[in-house]
Amino acid sequence: MSISSATAGANRIRNRGRLNRARSISFSWDGKSLNAYEGDTLASALLANGIHLAGRSFKYHRPRGILSAGPEEPNAIVDIARDTARRQPNVRATVQEVFDGMQANSQNRFPALNFDVGAVNDFFGPFIPAGFYYKTFMWPASFWKHVYEPFIRRAAGLGTAPTEADPDNYANRYAHCDVLVAGGGPAGIAATLAAARKGKTVILCDENADFGGHLRADIHAQIDGQPAMDWVASAIAELRRLDNVTILNRTTAFGYHTANMVALAERVTDHLANPDPEMPRERLWQVRAETVLIATGAIERHLVFPGNDRPAVMLASAAQMFTNHFGVSIGKRVGVYTACDSAWQAAFDLHEAASPIALIVDARSEVPSQLLAKANDLGIAVKPGHKVTATSGRLRISSMTVEAENGHGKEKIPIDALIVSGGWTPSVHLFSQSRGRLAFDADSGRFLPDEAAENCICIGGCNGAKSLSETLTDAAKATGSKPVSCEETGSMVGHQIGTSNGQPGSAFDKSFIDFQNDVTAKDVRLAVREGMLSIEHVKRYTTTGMATDQGKMSNMHGLAIAATELGREIPDIGLTTFRAPYTPVTFGTIINHAKGKLFDVTRTTPIHGWAIEHDAVFEDVGNWKRAWYFPRPGEDMLAAVNRECAATRNAAGIFDASTLGKIEVVGPDAVKFMELMYTNPWQKLAVGRCRYGIMLREDGFIYDDGVVGRLAEDRFHVTTTTGGAPRVLNHMEDYLQTEFPDWKVWLTSTSEQWAVVAVQGPKAREIIEPFVEDIDLDDMPHMSIREGRFCGVPTRLMRVSFTGEMGFEINIPANYGRSVWETIWERGQPLGLTPYGTETMHVLRAEKGFIIVGQDTDGTVTPDDANLSWAIGKKKTDFVGIRGLKRIDLVADGRRQLVGLKTLDPREVLEEGAQIVEDPHQPIPMKMIGFVTSSYWSENCGRSIALALIENGRARMGEKLHVPMANGAIAVEVCETVFIDPDGSKLNG
Amino acid sequence: MLLIYCPYCQEHRPEIEFQGAGEAHIARPANIADISDAEFAEFFFIRDNTKGIVFERWRHTHGCGRFFNAVRNSVSDKFIMTYKAGEPKPELTEEQIKAAAPIAKKPVAQKSDSAPSKADKAK
Repeated sequence: MSISSATAGANRIRNRGRLNRARSISFSWDGKSLNAYEGDTLASALLANGIHLAGRSFKYHRPRGILSAGPEEPNAIVDIARDTARRQPNVRATVQEVFDGMQANSQNRFPALNFDVGAVNDFFGPFIPAGFYYKTFMWPASFWKHVYEPFIRRAAGLGTAPTEADPDNYANRYAHCDVLVAGGGPAGIAATLAAARKGKTVILCDENADFGGHLRADIHAQIDGQPAMDWVASAIAELRRLDNVTILNRTTAFGYHTANMVALAERVTDHLANPDPEMPRERLWQVRAETVLIATGAIERHLVFPGNDRPAVMLASAAQMFTNHFGVSIGKRVGVYTACDSAWQAAFDLHEAASPIALIVDARSEVPSQLLAKANDLGIAVKPGHKVTATSGRLRISSMTVEAENGHGKEKIPIDALIVSGGWTPSVHLFSQSRGRLAFDADSGRFLPDEAAENCICIGGCNGAKSLSETLTDAAKATGSKPVSCEETGSMVGHQIGTSNGQPGSAFDKSFIDFQNDVTAKDVRLAVREGMLSIEHVKRYTTTGMATDQGKMSNMHGLAIAATELGREIPDIGLTTFRAPYTPVTFGTIINHAKGKLFDVTRTTPIHGWAIEHDAVFEDVGNWKRAWYFPRPGEDMLAAVNRECAATRNAAGIFDASTLGKIEVVGPDAVKFMELMYTNPWQKLAVGRCRYGIMLREDGFIYDDGVVGRLAEDRFHVTTTTGGAPRVLNHMEDYLQTEFPDWKVWLTSTSEQWAVVAVQGPKAREIIEPFVEDIDLDDMPHMSIREGRFCGVPTRLMRVSFTGEMGFEINIPANYGRSVWETIWERGQPLGLTPYGTETMHVLRAEKGFIIVGQDTDGTVTPDDANLSWAIGKKKTDFVGIRGLKRIDLVADGRRQLVGLKTLDPREVLEEGAQIVEDPHQPIPMKMIGFVTSSYWSENCGRSIALALIENGRARMGEKLHVPMANGAIAVEVCETVFIDPDGSKLNG
Repeated sequence: MLLIYCPYCQEHRPEIEFQGAGEAHIARPANIADISDAEFAEFFFIRDNTKGIVFERWRHTHGCGRFFNAVRNSVSDKFIMTYKAGEPKPELTEEQIKAAAPIAKKPVAQKSDSAPSKADKAK
């Protein structure tokens, strides 16, 4: 065979490969235009164009080539762009399919890939050993922020993040099935066929574009009497026709979670030149499976020897894949260094397909005779019992130095590519993520699945199968079916982990274990010598296995070298934990729909639209959007709030209180239940009257508060704080369901059923009066509730006040909220009615000393601390918190009590949260005796006002205290919490 | 993600529908106002926090809204059973406990002759 002269690269092999060569597509690599075929990965396309140099390493900036043909790739990490917004760094060239117009760029190089300034690190390599950063950047501490960290951040890190927002959309699906098969190689396909034919619902996923797994690299194997890939094609075609089977290619099972929940990432459009904009770029699948069949195969390891990282050093299986599947020749004089049988078959395939083999070096002295015979037939030179001790070639390998195990017969062989195999590591990632136990098989040097923690079965290469027949037998056993027949040529027997015995480690020795993080065998030995005993410590000290490939090829080597250095067995050193994701997953896939407006729930009231039309500025209160203030043209927040505050006290204000939590408490035992849940006495509350209620936790601290109206002997209209509604209902349900299940009480959340319009101020009654039907306003004292009609719709009209003014809260069905609001607004406007927001509400209530739970309380405040002892029913024998209130610390002297504060300079407004001290001249740290909980400018008082929790506060009336701030201490005077209308005459007016 | 069997809905539902509500079988004393500080501490503050079998409360918040009890192995995260609030603490069989036990870290058959390492001693 010979190299074809096809357009998509000079190194295409005539009549080899499975790509459709009818049409070539074009892409760019570092700005240069190149051609490829549909189905090429970027790696195969680069190789077809004779390009091995694909990136620079992380620490030493060493030139690196394409090492693998799959997701384990540590070297060929590139930046892929469709346009300026659609650009993704750190993509593996071996996974990315080429599409027409794709822009691919190398990373971690300056100014160019073939000449990189950072490569100077390579010559300083001996001075950048393991733990270099830990040892060097230690002192002075002040250097960390401005010198060390920026330096490390600039030098470290691969790729550059895109600066534009991601314009693509991402999808999410939940799925349930009897059997999930992770991996579409021979094991996965055979198992899917067997399960599907039994009528099971099956989902089969594979990370590659094409099914077949390693069979794609194989041109000799036969399954069920036909070429293996023909069997794959017919099996997939049959499965696609079945309704009970879902086939997902380009889909990686990346996370195995509790109770057989497996997360899959499906790449939907990354391979397309002009994707439909309606299509998601990627899709997250959350699959709950009765049984999971893990058929993830095995990953070939490299060998650890000096100079093993030069461009055109490649895994044997990858070279076989590029040759047989992609039809690409990786070199014209190829060396082989192996410790495993499978690389021999790879070598034979290359030799027969335009990549002549210069020499096969096998680290083992015993090699199966049929392999030696085949090599002899093909005229390939072989050296069993030898090792490679050096390589040369800066941007591409140009020679390997070979010597016998005893050091004799040293020979330098010119080559332009080197394929290597240290044996195969079963991909036990998913099994281990599921908390299954692994056991080390010393004979084959592999960790294999042992006892499972979930309902899953490992089959094929990941379960230790070393041949196609073992793989198919595994699949048959797991599905209770008969094994499919097969013929095969390769086997995965033979391995070497760590370095060959006796290989020296000079200071300049570059025997790489972890390519992406530039960790050498020497680094691991150094880490052990410096006291790292556990593999977890070695990993963190050397960073081996911590790059984006998560050590898929390197971990076993690191483990073996550490074990040798420690003089212990591999199982005693342990294995680092496998964690999700198996391969990198985009944030887009993980968050999928949960961005922008769908990031979190937004709750709006029925009156929200009116507030928008009237220029309200909104604040977030939990998930609610609440009108904060209503600025007029030219007003800032303070001016708007001052105007709203004055208008409400002088005429009237209108406020959207719809967000208040509302719970309907109904039933024969409703009053008994209210007695339990709130500190107040409820038995004697007359029907039609309201009471301010306080809810405690069992520990005696304030949990929530709100006004409660009694509508009937057996019916209460309970209000809660806006943020507290769900937890208050949960708290009530807890007691009702689990402590007093026999009580006849029913609880219903009505927060969203009632819109609430608050009209407050001296003209409140005048404004609402014309709309009230079936209710006698003259018979409605402060703290009363009536049912009737308002603007013709049903209402629960409450005369209550959170402002200190005469006020009404008009509950109407939510659907009528806006029309009622607009009707009141129309009538009230000429009378001076002013809409106000939450900020004015806060100021007005603070002027009256009304607390806000969560602002003036913090979960350690008792009713007495908040001056609310009056709200505790003194004769009650039980309520939640009754015992907690008697705890020693809750009745001790010196508790912080809520008081008012006036700054000596009335224009000075304190900062909420500011600390309070007695003596501002005491040495630091000062003794803090309390803190400011609420603080505002009060236009109505013509000065600033504040509330604070202060030790023994009530005994300090008139005392001068200090609030230390950055610009000096602010002097304050302790006062009562009520700043306006202390006798309450406005309320009852 | 856990699958939890709601004894009221009689269905396995995903964890996101539920809220944990702490240890089960802690009854609020009927005479709570009169109990001692020590008794109050025992009732309100002190919890077993067992590593292994736990009896705990859950609420099917985004489902039927009911509180119920569950027995779970806190190491393996496997549920042994769930049952309605108010039902007595169940007696567990050896089989039930075994079925929810986590798998041993090392195979039982594999015996190591070497002296325990520092790390093993620290456990």
